[in-house]
Amino acid sequence: MEKFVLDKMDSALLKSIADLNDIPTGAFSLRKNGQPVKVNTTPNINILRKQDKPGIDIYVRADTKGETVHIPVVITESGITDVVYNDFYIGKNADVIINAGCGIHNDGCSDTHHNGIHRFFLDEGAKVLYVERHYGEGDGEGKRVLDPVTEVYLGKNAGLEMQSTQIKGVDSTVRTTKGELGDGASFVVTEKIMTHGHQVAETNFDVNLNGLDSSVHVTSRSIATENSVQRFNSRVYGNNKCFGHVECDAIIKDNGKVISTPEITANCVDANLIHEAAIGKIAGEQIIKLMTLGLTESEAEAEIINGFLK
Amino acid sequence: MLELENISFSADGKKILKDINLSIDSGKFIAITGPNGSGKSTLAKIIMGIEKPDSGRILFDGEDITDYSIDQRARMGISFGFQQPVRFKGITVHDLLNLSARKKFSINEACEILSTVGLCANSYVDREVNSSLSGGELKRIEIASVITRNSKLTIFDEPEAGIDLWSFNNLIKVFNNMRNKLEGSIIVISHQERILNIADEIILLTDGAI
Repeated sequence: MEKFVLDKMDSALLKSIADLNDIPTGAFSLRKNGQPVKVNTTPNINILRKQDKPGIDIYVRADTKGETVHIPVVITESGITDVVYNDFYIGKNADVIINAGCGIHNDGCSDTHHNGIHRFFLDEGAKVLYVERHYGEGDGEGKRVLDPVTEVYLGKNAGLEMQSTQIKGVDSTVRTTKGELGDGASFVVTEKIMTHGHQVAETNFDVNLNGLDSSVHVTSRSIATENSVQRFNSRVYGNNKCFGHVECDAIIKDNGKVISTPEITANCVDANLIHEAAIGKIAGEQIIKLMTLGLTESEAEAEIINGFLK
Repeated sequence: MLELENISFSADGKKILKDINLSIDSGKFIAITGPNGSGKSTLAKIIMGIEKPDSGRILFDGEDITDYSIDQRARMGISFGFQQPVRFKGITVHDLLNLSARKKFSINEACEILSTVGLCANSYVDREVNSSLSGGELKRIEIASVITRNSKLTIFDEPEAGIDLWSFNNLIKVFNNMRNKLEGSIIVISHQERILNIADEIILLTDGAI
């Protein structure tokens, strides 16, 4: 397992999903074609293989600051179905970055699936920035399917910021995110999705604001082009004095379709919940403004999309 | 430099511009004024290519640009400051300045440009050009994005609209600086006496005619 060397395709996928040029230093676990291939731990971060099912348990010691855990997954063989269960236990007052992502290269005619089931357990005062990028490529007829599940359990005053991005090449995705928040806990989610062709993307958020002064901010920015379809379902339950804000902005092009359902439920009279949803094509005036700066219509559109998904 | 020949334009069955003939030389500061609905903004948009005239010709540096697109005209050296600045989600002030000048400004350079329109630069460079900015702030950023282009012909459509008094005083300074520095011409659509006062020529448009 320790002699693993990245080939050209692995490197390209790693670059796309984690901006890595090589195997990173620090704590990491690299999974390829359904198998763990390389693991590294640090004095503060331990990674153990699960005995009962595929996946790992990641333990971050209390008060660990400034370390990054990389857990990339690359799939280069066609027809693989890979389900992996990763649990993160973040100690009191630790503050770390977790960089996950899956890159699929499928040149074959069979579908390739990857489902990462990630659970986060944050102790009091712990902070995590969780970055997840999904990317697919390949010329085969086989589909690239990613169905990630993220469950977040936040203790007192803990905070998790999740940035998830799916820009290209994933044929079908159902993204499920659940959150249970304790007193003073904060959960921030920024999701960016761009779909094209006949792709389908569905997002389901379920967040329970159980703790006093807990808060959630969900920002979803999506672009559906060609014949692709996106569904955004968000359910936020205010079960205490809390604050919840859900914002869903979508740009549609060609025959793209977006269905957005931001649902908020106040189960406590002191819950303060807001939702905003907007769907529309690129505003003509935005294109005109950029054209007055000398950009062609297609350059203007590309700049607007890049900015929207930045 | 700019010549309009027999320009007419109608919308919804109403004649907005009637056979406009106009010639603007290099290095001039021209103010176009007139009552609301007289066709001033339409005329500005026709020069930029945002609206197409029903008839007539537009010549820029001797070249017939009547059928040129907005971006072709922009690349030839025409700029346009919008009356209602456009908002963008995700595009920062810095991005907009880079796109305007078609080069990558350093943070210091971007700050310098913003300070010319009276914005305390460091706090704005990374802000998105969206509705979190006030009308006055957006307007000044719009003007900065136009000035950066250093065009042969710069058109401002009611630059005073929607800005506060402090910004307005600065705006006059900005125009004064522009006319001192710019080699090109400036056309300002305005009702404001103080802007009209600094113009080389004032064109009065009434009911679609000069």
